[in-house]
Amino acid sequence: MNIRNFSIIAHIDHGKSTLADRLLERTGAISEREMREQVLDTMDLERERGITIKAQSVRLDYRAGDGRHCVLNLIDTPGHVDFSYEVSRSLAACEGAVLLVDAAQGVQAQTLANAFLAIEAGLEIIPVVNKIDLPAAQPERAAAELAAVIGVDPDDVVRVSAKTGGGIDELLERIVRDVPAPRHRPDQPLRALVFDSYYDAYRGVVCYVRVVDGSLDEGDSVLFSATREKHQATEVGVLTPRAVRVPTLGTGEVGYLITGVKEIDRIRVGDTVAHAGVSIEPLPGYRDPKPMVYSGLFPADGDDFERLREALEKLRLNDSALVYEPETSRALGFGFRCGFLGLLHMEIIRERLEREYDLELVATAPSVAYRVTLTDGSVKEIRSPQDLPGSDRIDHMEEPFLRAMIIAPSEYVGTIMELVQARRGVMEHMQYLSPERVELIYHLPLAEVVFDFFDNLKSRTRGYASLDYEPHDYRVSDLVRVDILLNGQPVDAFSTVIHQEKAYQYGKRMVERLRRLIPRQLFDVPIQAAIGSRIISRETVKATRKDVIAKCYGGDVSRKRKLLERQKEGKKRMKMVGQVEVPQEAFISALQADAGD
Amino acid sequence: MTVPVGSPDSPFLADAAAGWSAAYVHIPFCARLCPYCDFAVVAGRQDQTDRYVSALQSEIAMEPSWRPLDAVYVGGGTPSRLTVEQLGYILEEMRSRFGFGDRPEVSLEANPEDWTSSLADGLRRSGFNRVSLGVQSFDPQVLRSLGRMHTPEQAETAVLNARRTGFRSVNLDLIFGTPGESAASWRATVDRALNLEPDHLSLYALTVERGTDLSRAVAAGAPAPDPDRQADAYEAAKELCRAAGLVQYEVSNWARPDHGCVYNLIIWAQGEYLAFGAGAHGHRDGVRRRNVRRLDAYLEKVEGGHRPEQGAETLEEWAREQERLIIGLRRAAGVVPGWGGETLLLSSWGRRLERAGVLARKGDRLTVLQPLLGDEAARAVLALQPRER
Repeated sequence: MNIRNFSIIAHIDHGKSTLADRLLERTGAISEREMREQVLDTMDLERERGITIKAQSVRLDYRAGDGRHCVLNLIDTPGHVDFSYEVSRSLAACEGAVLLVDAAQGVQAQTLANAFLAIEAGLEIIPVVNKIDLPAAQPERAAAELAAVIGVDPDDVVRVSAKTGGGIDELLERIVRDVPAPRHRPDQPLRALVFDSYYDAYRGVVCYVRVVDGSLDEGDSVLFSATREKHQATEVGVLTPRAVRVPTLGTGEVGYLITGVKEIDRIRVGDTVAHAGVSIEPLPGYRDPKPMVYSGLFPADGDDFERLREALEKLRLNDSALVYEPETSRALGFGFRCGFLGLLHMEIIRERLEREYDLELVATAPSVAYRVTLTDGSVKEIRSPQDLPGSDRIDHMEEPFLRAMIIAPSEYVGTIMELVQARRGVMEHMQYLSPERVELIYHLPLAEVVFDFFDNLKSRTRGYASLDYEPHDYRVSDLVRVDILLNGQPVDAFSTVIHQEKAYQYGKRMVERLRRLIPRQLFDVPIQAAIGSRIISRETVKATRKDVIAKCYGGDVSRKRKLLERQKEGKKRMKMVGQVEVPQEAFISALQADAGD
Repeated sequence: MTVPVGSPDSPFLADAAAGWSAAYVHIPFCARLCPYCDFAVVAGRQDQTDRYVSALQSEIAMEPSWRPLDAVYVGGGTPSRLTVEQLGYILEEMRSRFGFGDRPEVSLEANPEDWTSSLADGLRRSGFNRVSLGVQSFDPQVLRSLGRMHTPEQAETAVLNARRTGFRSVNLDLIFGTPGESAASWRATVDRALNLEPDHLSLYALTVERGTDLSRAVAAGAPAPDPDRQADAYEAAKELCRAAGLVQYEVSNWARPDHGCVYNLIIWAQGEYLAFGAGAHGHRDGVRRRNVRRLDAYLEKVEGGHRPEQGAETLEEWAREQERLIIGLRRAAGVVPGWGGETLLLSSWGRRLERAGVLARKGDRLTVLQPLLGDEAARAVLALQPRER
């Protein structure tokens, strides 16, 4: 059997999903009548945002120009920087990658990041310029850039239009020609790589596997090497894209494996499947996805805590990168401290919780994991400002830095440098990809990127800049915790760990915002921002001076009571913080605004 | 005898009023509608007054007999839009149906522009002994923005005339905090009112009520009354009244000794009062009732031989106790703490109000020391769960 395993990698919106659809259609994997737009993006959110979150794979039967019958396994990859770990998992199951670039936009940061991942994984790269039908397309320029990046001749770059179908046949031929067939070692003991998994309510955990050596039959007794879990292969099959049960998955094949396991935690992506009782060398493993951003999620209505817990449990079944643990806030009640791969991941989880589980949530300001070395020499990882020990016990603190790659038209270099420097960025290097386009490599504190960095970059460059980043290292940093005090009492939900230079700005902003959000009370309410015992900013909500109905005559008695009854309901929803009544909405607005500005 | 002898803020009067009896009569007619008013009122229906007075007489006749009345209050609307004869018929009907107590308080609201010597004489002859004049302001500009038609001079003349005619008590209603009213203008208004040596003064903060022209204007961007400036105006007036020898006995009411308003004292003591006319509210035998509000609906009902009642409400024991506190705490005399007061004092809200200096227990009274913050106390009372007794 002629097998070709490949991925398509591209910057967001460069047309990866449309190209996948076209390949499915051209190879007859799916009829036009069945053709929904972008078959591989199944989640609603993916469709709306135009991004792919979960990798999926599909098997295409293709009769090549020379008459050979080929099986092409297309393994989809997510297109966003937050999910580069998922990209690497998918790439490990392939021998080749189609590197797709928009003819109008040219090479972008994610194109490069993913291309490097693919090159590192030893994949054969097929460079493709897409959207050549667009009026603004500059296929020759894009092809030249792409060729320069991976070191090929521009003439080797395939030109396609995934939308019209132009160039698709040539691309299919190139895949057959250039992507190496899997190395055949059918006589070796079974080794299959789990490159993805998902939870199906009826069938339990479904693993996507790539058989590297040997073959996997239905009914086989299998062992997951890392977890030492032993199960029976109750079903194996291929995705065409519908699941089709097959008796056997042979060497080099890609398909699914069902073992009846119900808990996603028991299957580790990156694990190696072997036959029980057969000793093998496991395939190179994967790192566990590591959360980069943390945020507290609290139900706006305290009664929804259990529903939130259930919803998180369900989401985690399909998203092993999501981690969470219970957290209690004096201001917000019971909730969860959640860890995310990045900001987009965080937003997606929040949106899914709100949309699919109908929860109203309050999220605390996103924070990163700081490393604190205590005076006794021990090292602690801090994921929530609450956990920070007193300053007298801290020897020094480190914060995570990213290596960020920004690609933009050269006219924007000035404004980008300004932005990055304001965010405490340190330049590693800068190079011109072409006379018009420049690549900047910076080391940036993750905490500075967590807030609005990307939006800011986009608006400064009219949307022309692209960004990619990877965790780099931890650096000693001058960090402080800023607390916000209401009538002298700290409000935990507003505490943040922040660089010394930004502390005053944060304190002033929160204090001013809260002054507008907190209703006047019976007494003056000081709102303060403090570092330890030092007050860095202060505002006062002046006491209410008049809060009484002017007139109470005979006809008014019932009416007055009803009016006050209604107001009282609002009073019951207030949270008491240091004798101050704070409406729930004030917490939400203060925190929301902080993510926004 | 129900002459309110003594200081109007005396706890004795405040508590005694719970046992007195009153009747309220509503006269909805107005020459034109004021933009801030949300009472049951009609303009341009002057041709209906005879019909209305007859309906009132019928409604009074339909009311089951009751105790003799200690206070009658004819309010509106603008009662002075009726003739002396018409007002006399109403009073006569009440007197014959229920009887009057010893030296009852018989009050009438009147607009300065309607006031004449002959009206004054006629009212006195019919038995009215208290008049409440809708003066509102002595600043012509403020009067204009309130939609009032009289001049400051007309108001002054009316007050002096009422006094000469021998009304036992003369009250002036003033409104403060109208957008555009300066602190100096308000002071001048209060000064001029006090110079007329009224027996009673009601000072109301202009309030934007739902459904009024004022609320529509504010929604469309017109300036709204500013609560802080209203608080300033209130404090200033309070000082001027004190200096003039008037005693504050409720959030918005001042009187000289022996001139507390009996009708008001009854209401604030959760006492009982009958009610007649469109939109009137009564409280009898523990039931709060309200009449239909629209003039035509009211006339139709009564002329059809039916009581014009639109709704009634009987409060549970705890709700009734809460009501006693929320109305009673508006008075300077405060309340006997009782079941509800003790519950309040033990609650976190009560303690917070005490700490903030809004609520205090003095001897056997529970009082609100800062009347301008009184609604916070009322909301706290309503948020309480009853304690076991």
